[in-house]
Amino acid sequence: MTEKSTNLTNGPERLKFFEDNWQTEMGAWFPGERVVLRGKDVFTELNECSWMEYLVYAVTGKESPKLAKIIEGLWLLSTSFPDPRLWNNRVAALAGSARSTGVLAVSAGIAISEATVYGLKPIKGALDFLYRASEKKDSGATIESIVKEELKNYRNVSGYGRPLTNADERIQPVVTFLKSMESHKGKFVKLAFEIEDFFKNTRYKYRMNIAALNAATAADFGLTANEYYYMTTMAFTAGMFPCYIDAKTQTEGMFFPLKVERINSKSFATRTWA
Amino acid sequence: MTDNTEKTLEQITTKIWREEAEVDNPFAAAKSYCAGFDVYGDLLGKISLVEYLWLLFKLDPPNKAEARTFEGLAVALANPGPRDHSVRGAMNAGVGGSTRASALIAAISIGAGNLGGAREVFTAVQYWQQCGTDIESWIDIIDNPPREERADVWPKMEHTPGFDPNGASCPMPVKQLLDHLVEIEQNEPLLWLQSHRQTLEQHTGSPLAFSGVAAAAFFALGFEPEQAEILFLLLRLPGAAAHAIEQEKMGWSRYPFFGNGLTLTNDPGPVANND
Repeated sequence: MTEKSTNLTNGPERLKFFEDNWQTEMGAWFPGERVVLRGKDVFTELNECSWMEYLVYAVTGKESPKLAKIIEGLWLLSTSFPDPRLWNNRVAALAGSARSTGVLAVSAGIAISEATVYGLKPIKGALDFLYRASEKKDSGATIESIVKEELKNYRNVSGYGRPLTNADERIQPVVTFLKSMESHKGKFVKLAFEIEDFFKNTRYKYRMNIAALNAATAADFGLTANEYYYMTTMAFTAGMFPCYIDAKTQTEGMFFPLKVERINSKSFATRTWA
Repeated sequence: MTDNTEKTLEQITTKIWREEAEVDNPFAAAKSYCAGFDVYGDLLGKISLVEYLWLLFKLDPPNKAEARTFEGLAVALANPGPRDHSVRGAMNAGVGGSTRASALIAAISIGAGNLGGAREVFTAVQYWQQCGTDIESWIDIIDNPPREERADVWPKMEHTPGFDPNGASCPMPVKQLLDHLVEIEQNEPLLWLQSHRQTLEQHTGSPLAFSGVAAAAFFALGFEPEQAEILFLLLRLPGAAAHAIEQEKMGWSRYPFFGNGLTLTNDPGPVANND
């Protein structure tokens, strides 16, 4: 918001100020001429970027080929599993089976990826937790007290624990990748493993899941929780397309059909509407 | 191929629905029951759409006053009008010739938010659950809104939920809706809101909005915040749908593009556009 508009306290006055008046530093299209993103000409200053570098710049304003490569590697290894039983992928597969469009399939899949037990809430939550944990640790708190406080307040620790299985097969490949990129020794990656070590030596069943390791990597690159969340929005899409394509290619309606008896009704006895 | 014996079959558990299979096809229902009522053999022809909507969420029929209140709310919310953020989203789909589904998705995605949207209603119903009809509690929560230590995917509320931070006085349609809902049953939370509206507005510094009346009505009707959130999304879709189809027929050239409305304040290029 500009300084002038901030001074307008009355709602309608503020609205009037903004009427046909959107001032921005983010970017614009000059029809038939050029495009600008965050102060840079797309055709002459950003034209050498990979698409991921462009996305990093669009979201964060940072020009970092290394960060782009890291994010691409994390996405490849940990976020786009082509299994149509996974809930977000299943939406894409159901859309294929019901013969909806590819865009609707994947956009609905992305939308439901903002989930609580997997996907974007834990992803954002893990980075947020690591930042808060680091701050508390820097103030002298122990890992034990930090984790116990988190569990007491929220009954979970974002980035630790996983539905269906506690083991996370993605951690080792990601660690190998991070080593190849010399990005495995940052402060936050160390912290993520310290918390994992704490859990391993207690009765808690939580184990680190990939959200914690990926978030720690992002934190070591200085991404905020929001920047990381925005970046990750499309991370799952490469797993959705195969599910959609497969279901759309096979006979329509054949993706895990359900018999009437598959409804376990706990409903009322038959009654009549008065 | 999986050998699915009956014992190993996973099931969908529901209190809402029961079905009986067709004799010749175990994948087709011969009868469907909603909360015990035979949908096609009994409800059809007897039940209004709003009553059916109520039944789906509440699993019991509404009484007359509840049905009238819910219907009044549904009519009031059905079309927020073409200036509303969510309807604008739907019309953007229309003018570009996008899929009709995307028009509703756009309306839902935009209309889900904290400003005049379903998340605002969710939070406002939580306020009602916490404060009820105690003015001191309301003043306290307005002055000291709850703050979550953890980051969430939802942006933080930037104003008191249920009130319009960009408003001046309470718009007439908002007051008309509140008056209408109060008239039906003298329902306590709605009556209380009507009599305390100006006090609340003084403390928030903003007028009551549709989202505020909707939240009060949902609370008065006994809906949970989650139910209120999703019903608010649903009930506002008819207008978005109609406006999207209308604009689709007219096309992008008869719809605002704000061609001269954008100023790039850090333009590096040869064409300065920051007068």
